[in-house]
Amino acid sequence: MIVHTPTSEEEACTAIAEAIVRRTPLAIVGGSTKDGIGRPVQHAATLTSAAMTGITLYEPAELVVSARAGTSLHELQRTLAAEGQMLAFEPMEHAALLGSDGEATVGGIVAANISGPRRIAAGACRDSLIGLRFVNGRSEVVKSGGRVMKNVTGLDLVKLLAGSWGTLGFVTEATFKVQPCPQRMATIILEGLDDERAITALSAALGSPYEVTGAAHLPANLDDSPARTVLRLEGFSFSVDHRLAALRSLLRPHGEAALMEGEAAETLWRDVRDVRFLAEPRTRAVWRISTAPSRGPALVAAIARVLDARWFFDWGGGLVWLATDAAGDAGAAAIRAAVATAGGHATLVRAPVEVRAAVDVFEPQSAAVQRLTLGIKHAFDPERILEPGRMYAGV
Amino acid sequence: MTAIAFPAPDAGVLARREEILAGLAALLPADALITDEDERRAFETDALTAYRRVPLAVALPSTTEEIAAVLKFCYEHGVRVVPRGAGTSLSGGAIPQEDAIVLGVSKMNRVLAIDYANRTARVEAGITNLAISDAVGAEGFFYAPDPSSQLACTIAGNIAMNSGGAHCLKYGVTTNNLLGVTMVLLDGSVVEIGGEHLDAAGYDLLGLVCGSEGQLGVVTEAVVRILPKAEGARPVLLGFDAIETAGACVAAIIAAGIIPVALEFMDRPAIKVCEAFAHAGYPLDVEAMLIIEVEGADAEIDDMLRRIVAIAEPFGPKALKVSQSEAESTAIWKGRKSAFGAMGRIADYLCMDGTIPTGQLPRVLKRISEICAGYGLGVANIFHAGDGNLHPLVLYDINKPGELEKAEAAGADILKLCVEVGGCLTGEHGVGIEKRDLMRHQFDEVDLAQQMRVRGVFDPGWLLNPAKVFPLEGRVAA
Repeated sequence: MIVHTPTSEEEACTAIAEAIVRRTPLAIVGGSTKDGIGRPVQHAATLTSAAMTGITLYEPAELVVSARAGTSLHELQRTLAAEGQMLAFEPMEHAALLGSDGEATVGGIVAANISGPRRIAAGACRDSLIGLRFVNGRSEVVKSGGRVMKNVTGLDLVKLLAGSWGTLGFVTEATFKVQPCPQRMATIILEGLDDERAITALSAALGSPYEVTGAAHLPANLDDSPARTVLRLEGFSFSVDHRLAALRSLLRPHGEAALMEGEAAETLWRDVRDVRFLAEPRTRAVWRISTAPSRGPALVAAIARVLDARWFFDWGGGLVWLATDAAGDAGAAAIRAAVATAGGHATLVRAPVEVRAAVDVFEPQSAAVQRLTLGIKHAFDPERILEPGRMYAGV
Repeated sequence: MTAIAFPAPDAGVLARREEILAGLAALLPADALITDEDERRAFETDALTAYRRVPLAVALPSTTEEIAAVLKFCYEHGVRVVPRGAGTSLSGGAIPQEDAIVLGVSKMNRVLAIDYANRTARVEAGITNLAISDAVGAEGFFYAPDPSSQLACTIAGNIAMNSGGAHCLKYGVTTNNLLGVTMVLLDGSVVEIGGEHLDAAGYDLLGLVCGSEGQLGVVTEAVVRILPKAEGARPVLLGFDAIETAGACVAAIIAAGIIPVALEFMDRPAIKVCEAFAHAGYPLDVEAMLIIEVEGADAEIDDMLRRIVAIAEPFGPKALKVSQSEAESTAIWKGRKSAFGAMGRIADYLCMDGTIPTGQLPRVLKRISEICAGYGLGVANIFHAGDGNLHPLVLYDINKPGELEKAEAAGADILKLCVEVGGCLTGEHGVGIEKRDLMRHQFDEVDLAQQMRVRGVFDPGWLLNPAKVFPLEGRVAA
């Protein structure tokens, strides 16, 4: 297998130009932590951002940072932390769940639009992403957006690239708006609620003015603990104190909330972010379902009636992570039927390659949206060189 | 004559006007089609009033199905379509052309569903921005993006322009608050994108549609996020004797980890005009003024304002007024909110909308003064200092021949300057016709061609709002 390791956009263009001439599909790779997501693709070569690294711009007073695509996420986060700042969208890291080696990169986080628990308050990766440079499937360097926070100049190609899984372009550099790290983080925990009551409690909290930045529910069947409903507050210590008191009072109908701070709370939110509760056993398939929060409990109940499943909720109930038997269709038929009723979409994030070849990994699209998707692919990558078929057949 | 060109009207379409009107009349109720010239004239421009074109006809449907029928007809008959919300665009995004029909969504203004548990509202796209907040206000919620025109502007127009507002530093702009749309494509097919959940599936078509200026389709319904209102909000007003000092103070506040909900900057000419109009108690002996607002419970606000004042003090503010009450807050905001109206009393003006890296502020304001002085024009600056969105008001007199052209030239120079220092042509008003011919200053041919190929997926024949966004020369077919 040929591996192209460009050190510049020019070299990336050359690699793609060569692939166009030879009509050889390219795998687009950063840290390879998410290689196992998507439909299996027969690649003839790999294009990696490994040699395109480094932070190219950081203006803490302007809340903006740019990094080349191969920069490790941890390096970017360390640089921001040194100035008391962070990526607000709290990107998930997939290595634990997928059992992959390597480190997540800026390009990979962008290409997969990866966010974490704070997404409910601070937006997704695509909301923090204000500028991109990429090489399209015509071997051209394209830029979109920029380094300023408000920008409506022309079509927002930045959004299209975010979450396109390498199928529209090879990202070479990304620019994010960043946020100050909170001075303090506090977590409160309600115990023993069933799914329905837990989501009701989370909705009440998220409908309050107390600016909850994490809202998850870990049902009793997840591990040996009793069910835990967890809420996070962040900010200046004075504000956190005020909001803690107000939130505990608001949630009193659901029980007395215990307080958790420090390392234990940080570990808990990292586990939620990285879906560690479902990492084992490794043989199980793992689904990621986005739905309206209040419909989450009924959705999983419908699935659990026909499948042996374990699950938990993030995003106030709107994000369901669910593990089930990887045999057959890995539960695709039952899960997609439940999602069709509740509204939303499901992605098969972990499954053996033969399952991913046989079932739709990403939510199937309506005919009209599929036509647009094919057209957009053609507008960026007419020869279908870049990760062809990773998201959808023919795309 | 003004400087921005329109494409020559399609003579074939003009010749077929009667036939086209008859075709449309068959698809719409009688009161949904305007053909009379006097009535059509009401739609000849938007808030960029220097440019006017009377459209072929105006269609004001009441349902998604009617909009689909009109678009399908126009697609099949090669008739251009200019979508319209309330016509409040400052960049000419809704200005029609003689060979196009205006397709307005203003009759579709209902709230369809409010879901407080999931914090969403489904609305018809012709509803005004403020009406959404009004509909959910009693339950303590609001719709966050707040463009100055929010009393009049529609959510359809907000989506088309990806509108922002004074509070977007904390809450984001339209694209960050939109969960789903029902959109009619040019061929009349109806697509549903997203829904009540976060992060729609597949390519981010929602993100693409936001800010596409009516060139990809017509949005007829939207699902937006509604947010719980803060317990309260109060500003502090700070005056400085140098623009640089005000800029450094903003940087220090952000470096201290404080993200205010609003951070507004005004220069001396803007302060003077606003104070004369609103009697807001603004200091008249300063070069720059900041209005910094924070939210939360009363005690939280006190705590945060104390921090801000402590950060500001080393910069030696010449004026400092912490609002202690609702009435004081209202007075402080009154001047800023009436800025455009107040300026309109003393002069005609062009409101520019570039964004710059905030560290470039002193240099850019100095250059803006020089540029305007070079054309013999005055300028006042209002600036969303937290996010770099600059609104220079270039002052001119419409009654003096040649002054509008000078103001346009000065405006173009200012926007080129914004791009030069690392910013962009437009932060929240959109490209429209106003900035169309400047696009090559921000993008190269490859960038523009990529955008046009994406546009072409939706409208290969350039029928949807065709005179806008992309320079008329060098357009790429699909």
